[in-house]
Amino acid sequence: MLADGPSLRLLPRLDDCNRFFWTGGADGVLRFLRCGECRRFTHPPVPRCPACLSRDMAPEPVSGRGTLHSFTVNHQQWIPGSDPYVVALVTIAEQADLRLTTNLIDCPADAIAIGMAVEVTFVGNGDVHIPLFRPAGL
Amino acid sequence: MSDTSPLRRAAITGIGHSQIGRRLRRGDLDLTVEACLAAIADAGLDRDDIDGLATYPGTGIGMGGFSGPGSPELQDALRLQLSWHDGGAEGPAQMRAVIAAAMAVGCGLARHALVYRTVTEATAQAGRASAGIGGSGLGSGGPSLGGGGSGGGVPRFGGFLQWFLPFGAVSAANWIGLVAQRRIHEFGLTRTQLAQIALNGRRNATHNPGAVYREPLCLDDYLAARMISTPLCLYDCDAPCDGSTAFVVSAVETARDAPHAPCRIEAVGTALRGRPSWDQFDDMTTMAARDAAASMWERTDLGPSDVDVAQLYDGFSVLALVWLEALGFCGRGESGSFVEDGTRIAREGTLPLNTAGGQLSGGRLHGFGLLHEACVQLRGEAGERQVPGRCEVAVVSNGGGPLAGSMLLVRDTG
Repeated sequence: MLADGPSLRLLPRLDDCNRFFWTGGADGVLRFLRCGECRRFTHPPVPRCPACLSRDMAPEPVSGRGTLHSFTVNHQQWIPGSDPYVVALVTIAEQADLRLTTNLIDCPADAIAIGMAVEVTFVGNGDVHIPLFRPAGL
Repeated sequence: MSDTSPLRRAAITGIGHSQIGRRLRRGDLDLTVEACLAAIADAGLDRDDIDGLATYPGTGIGMGGFSGPGSPELQDALRLQLSWHDGGAEGPAQMRAVIAAAMAVGCGLARHALVYRTVTEATAQAGRASAGIGGSGLGSGGPSLGGGGSGGGVPRFGGFLQWFLPFGAVSAANWIGLVAQRRIHEFGLTRTQLAQIALNGRRNATHNPGAVYREPLCLDDYLAARMISTPLCLYDCDAPCDGSTAFVVSAVETARDAPHAPCRIEAVGTALRGRPSWDQFDDMTTMAARDAAASMWERTDLGPSDVDVAQLYDGFSVLALVWLEALGFCGRGESGSFVEDGTRIAREGTLPLNTAGGQLSGGRLHGFGLLHEACVQLRGEAGERQVPGRCEVAVVSNGGGPLAGSMLLVRDTG
């Protein structure tokens, strides 16, 4: 079985721009910044909507569902003591060009398939809640 | 592109390498001066002739051994008197410094610009448990302890790294593993095809006394190698090394007095139209190579069929495949079958590739080694590894992922 991630999770440095993303998972909900005018999501967070340049940007919940766009099983001991784990690139269901690098968990190596449906779950580490994904409907 | 383009007034007239190897335990300035003096002498010049200076990436970038000395250090070490100088990490990949020098020379800001790239990553990594955070380095997102909340003293990261490190996606091997896996999904790329880049590099390295890995490598060795980040195994990842590469970029009217045939810069690929991001780029199978290559061909009347030798960035094997497609040597998704049995890309093939071993076997001179070999081949000075037949046009690419640059060089015939 593959590990859920590296033996040590390095953490984001929180600021006013990224805090909603990294702390929002406390209630189990994944959020992205969304434009109040053109309604597009954007990631990573920026002060203005890159599509329409509106400043009306606020975090909004998404369903937490997505599809696996690509993956790689890491074997190298960049972080000592790590068993092989899956780095995943997930496309968020709400918008075709909204992606997140994450870990795929609870999935045997031979069941990983690009295009598979996945859903979010969080692992907490102090104030930070890290969004991971697992096969949908487990 | 018209012949009045300033870039076409620039040519590479001098090339130089320092000693290159694994864990040389020599200082980066020591290696840099060695390479620079070699390039100046090769151009038939004296250091007093040098009035321009550029480097990639400048000081303070990345992990130990990545950046080499900055341009002020080198200027002072050689007491250069400069009309123009430049250094930095942003732009069309590592060759940004060469492009900047060509623009400066073409615009008349300098007549002879020295350009260098130095790495001492092998020595720097010798004392570390594992070979650090890859590719683009830590940049502005560097570590700090604490700062931002509880976390038990775990280092915290800002900038782009915050979107990767919490998931153990700490190396360019992980980020580019995603590219390779997507190519398997979309195009049916196989490991045997991917292997051809590594095997071709190793075959060529056996004819390059300066290459860091010269022992024969066969497909069975490749397939048995340990995985780094699937589908990339040990032989898909280039080797940290120590070494410096330097060039003299001269105004073409002075270049014709040079002792060696000048390598004129026909066109450069500098575009970046997709998002500059490892995971948000619109097409994960091409990333920025697509834009750089397209812009290069828009700027010249030459085309892929005119190219006699290719030196394509192979920091990871799959990047060379990406470049083969981006540069139009084959169609999108067809690079796997293009390299399938290795014959097309062999030294005797229709498109000789990475004739000094590339970075996979030659060592990670970080783009500049590839440009050096392009010049050696265009001059016809590659000895036993010289490509047979005509060698008048060379293409060089640097980078991959969200940063990419390419350059088309032609042997100047006056």
